[in-house]
Order: sequence, then C-alpha cells, then structure tokens
Amino acid sequence: MAGIGGAETTQKKVGWSLLNLVVVIYALFPVLWILSLSLKSSKTLADGNLIPREISFENYRNIFATTEFVRALANSIGIAIIATAIAVVFGTMAAYAIARLDFPGKNLLVGVSLLIAMFPQVSLVSPLFEIERGLGIFDTWPGLILPYITFALPLAIYTLSAFFREIPWELEKAAKMDGATPGQAFRKVIAPLAAPGVFTTAILVFIFCWNDFLFAISLTSTEQSRTVPAALSFFTGSSQFEDPAGSISAAAVVITIPIILFVLFFQRRIVAGLTSGAVKG
Amino acid sequence: MSHAVTETPGVTTETTADTKKKAVLSEGKRAERKLGWLLCAPAAITMIAVTGWPIVYSIWLSLQRYDLKFPDRVEFVGLDNYITVLSSPYWWNAVWVTVVLTVISVAIELVLGMGLALIMHRALVGRGIVRTTSLIPYGIVTVVAAFSWRFAWTPGTGYLSELAGGEPVLTEKLPALMVVTLAEVWKTTPFMALLLMAGLALVPDDLLKAAAMDGASAWQRFIKITVPIMKPAILVALLFRTLDAFRIFDNLFVLTAGSQGTSSVSMLTYNNLIKGLNLGIGSTMSVLIFLMVALIAFIFIKLFGTAAPGSDTGGRR
Repeated sequence: MAGIGGAETTQKKVGWSLLNLVVVIYALFPVLWILSLSLKSSKTLADGNLIPREISFENYRNIFATTEFVRALANSIGIAIIATAIAVVFGTMAAYAIARLDFPGKNLLVGVSLLIAMFPQVSLVSPLFEIERGLGIFDTWPGLILPYITFALPLAIYTLSAFFREIPWELEKAAKMDGATPGQAFRKVIAPLAAPGVFTTAILVFIFCWNDFLFAISLTSTEQSRTVPAALSFFTGSSQFEDPAGSISAAAVVITIPIILFVLFFQRRIVAGLTSGAVKG
Repeated sequence: MSHAVTETPGVTTETTADTKKKAVLSEGKRAERKLGWLLCAPAAITMIAVTGWPIVYSIWLSLQRYDLKFPDRVEFVGLDNYITVLSSPYWWNAVWVTVVLTVISVAIELVLGMGLALIMHRALVGRGIVRTTSLIPYGIVTVVAAFSWRFAWTPGTGYLSELAGGEPVLTEKLPALMVVTLAEVWKTTPFMALLLMAGLALVPDDLLKAAAMDGASAWQRFIKITVPIMKPAILVALLFRTLDAFRIFDNLFVLTAGSQGTSSVSMLTYNNLIKGLNLGIGSTMSVLIFLMVALIAFIFIKLFGTAAPGSDTGGRR
C-alpha cells in the first residue's frame, strides 16, 4: 500500500527490500534445510547443525546405487510425462471447443470438470483400488496415469480455455474465409498461436502429477510402479543405510530440482497460468 | 459421448424445422456441434470413466461386509458399515481433527496470503524475486516439504527441536497438529497469495488514489475499497483452499502417520483400506467424505452464489 501517491524514496525501497527478504527466507528455508541435511555424511547427520560442517555426497551416491530409488525416479518421470502429454492433448481439444464452439452439453462438461476439481481424491482410492485389481492394472503405470489424467484435466481445461479466449480469433475467421474447415483452422492457425498457453498448462499439469502422493501410495505395492514421493516413505534404515534421513533428504532434493528449474525459467508463465485459470474459471 | 448422442435428434429436428435460409446456416452449426462433441469426447469420457463409475461402485462396496483378509465372507449388510463408522470415536476424532486443521490453516493462509499478495502486487523493488521464490512452496512436492519439517523437529537432527526443548513434538497430539498446520500453511500460502493477487489487479489505482486524497488511511482504503472489489477472488480462493485443506493427507502421512489421534478423515480411510484391507469400511468412509465435501461446496455456492467458480464460466461465450 505504501506505493500509493508516494515518491519512491530510498527509505521505502529499503523497507520493501526487507519485506522481500522475509518472503525469500520464508520460501527457501525448508528447502535449504533439506539440502543441508542431504549433504551431511552419516556421521554428522544427527548433529543438529543447520549448515553442514563438511560437504559429503555420500547420500547421493547411496541412493543412486539402489534400484529402489533409480526405479522410482524412472517411474516418476515416465508416469508424469505420459500423463501430462495425454492430459494436455485432451485438455487442449476440450478447451478449444469450450472457448470457441457452440454446442449443447458444453456447460455440462464445464460443470463436470469443476466437480472433479473439487472432488475428494481419497473417495476414489477405495473403488479404484478394487477396480484396478480386477482389471489387472493395479501397481502398473496405467494404473497411476489414468487417475492423474482425470484430475489434471480440469486444471488443463480451465487454464487452456482462459488462454484460448485471449487469442485473436479473427485470424481463424480469415482462414475459414479462405476455405479452411474448422478442423484445419484449429490445426494450422490456432494451434501455433496457442502453443505458449499449452506449454504453461503442461508445466502446471506436470507439477501436479509429479507431486501426487495419495494415489502413488495407494495404487502401487511394489517398486515396479512406485513413484519417488511414495518410495521415500519406504526408505527405512535397512542394511545399506543406517539412518534413512540422509537418503530421504538426498532423494527429496533430486525430485525438487525439476520444480526449481521450472520456477526459475517459467515464473511468469506459471503465475499467468495459475491466476488466469483461477479467476476466470 | 452417450449424452451427446441422445441430445442430437432433438436439436436437429428443431433446426430443420426452421426456414430454408436458416437450414443452410444450420449445416455449419451442425458441423460445429459435431466438432465440439468430438473434441470434448476424450476428456469427458476419461473424467467420467475414472470418477463416475468408481463413485457408484464405492457406494455399492460400502453396503457390503468386504474385508480382503476374509474374502469368502463377503456379504450384503445394508447400512451396517455406516452405523459402524458413524458410531466410531476414531471417525469422529478424525472429522474433528480435519475440520480444525482446515479452519485454522485456511484462516492463517488467508491473512498471510493477503500480505504476500500485497507485497507481490505493490513491491517497489524485487517483485520478480518475490514471485519466483514464493512459487517454490507451491511447486515443491508436498512429501519433500513434509520430510523437511519432520527432520527439523526430530530431536538431535533438527534445528527446530531446540525450540521445543528437545522434546519429540511430533509424538504428542496438540504439538504435532501445530506442526502439521505450519507445514500446510507454508506450502499453500503462496497459492492463496497468487489467487488473491489476481483479485488485487482488478482494484483500480485511481480509486485508491482518490480515497487517499480524501484522507482515507491505508487500512480504510484496504477495508472499504480493496476488499469489497476483491470479494469474488477471495471467495474463490477460500473455496478452493477449504476443499483442498479438507483432503489433507500427505503432510499428515509423513509427519505423524495419524498416530496419537492426529488422523484426518483421508488418513483414516487410507489406514482402513490399504493397511486394514477393509474395503467395506474404507468405501463407507469414502462416501461420507464425498458427502461432506459436496456439502461444503454447496454451502459456499449457496452463500456466495455468483462468486462460485465456473458459474460464470458456463455462460461465457
């Protein structure tokens, strides 16, 4: 509020800088703490120091030497990418139709996806557990990809239809005048224009899939399809690791890296995606 | 797709009954409809197949005695499971814990989130840095953050356990719930702030300046101008966060695993289903949670009507 009508004095700038610093510390502290833990050796792990006295990559070497973690990482990456790709393709098609076309049943679709966005995911765990066992997809990649697509679709549809409303649609009309069918207009004119929005949505959907824990822990039972968030809680102080805290921290840091990269490179897009979808939808 | 098919005949007869000129027009319209359905079909089918049928199925399961440890004793028992769950002190404790966690964490998030939104919206310097760093709690895997908090409070290992005098805070109900609240608030305040920031952008600067000229204090400007204009954004943020907080699971799983009576309803359902392998009871809890969430959403939408997300989306274009 201080900015209203006032001159940008140095005092105000210092004040804002201090506030910014508070926010930065607030946001980064838990992340830096787990990074610090992951860099401690097994001897100094329990010393309670905030900053490790000496840096050791022991924990990282340990986790990458186990199939438990490497397999989980591969599962996480594979499942999140496939689910994101499918959700974004389906979401793009539906969002285009919602933003541009007039057809009965449109409001129904918007309503259904809103319902799913609010849906308590745990309510699906019991029936999906039983249904997936019956279909033989329990503890497989498709068994996780399906619910991820389902819960990512509302997010994708809202974000994308918000983006699609901003596109200059006269171009589409012009293409249609030149003899393009609605399908061609979609593929050749609109799709390239929509690419930035689609990309932003893909990031948001990926973060959602990458984050999931409830489905990952309920619909898997072995290393075969367990993703990293679920595998973390199975890192017990077994023979290889005396204290799982070091391994858990290292694994946690590894799966945080993509998130940090997304945030650093695509901050603007993520903010735009989250706010446009939320306010307009 | 099925609803699409059933709707078609009514629509076409209506349009063909129109004048000749309109019939020509309706051909393009019909193509548009077809394309619309075609484009929506994959999304609609997936969403309905993965949520619609399981919900019906879980209602059916909730009426059975179905314990996977005794698969040969499956039996239709009517509402027996509901009676069992609703008369269980564990269930009511979990409901209570969930409600308290939801109300307290959403209230704190609203206040902190509003502060953060104002910082992100108005900061004279370093706006980019603040926005970037505050996205980290939003994006980070909840389980990762939860482990960070757990280790921080673990006696010996953690830097925060000193604050508690070396006591294992996570093994007592009330302190444990406070740590869970802290973890929830840390993780979700930035998301709240982003939603609120979008609302702040709708407040015209001229109005605030005019009010300042007339001698309104910063607080008066905030309460009398900013908040009323932002109201829809605040309600959307509250609705989304309330429903989300009500599902709390990840943080609890890592921090307490629901011990010492800290189970939320999701945690209790998971424990009955996956740990206890009791499908009947687990499904009953699933149905009850679904009903509670529906009730919360209904109350929000009834109370705040037009502010409900989606209610304006449908009518738009």
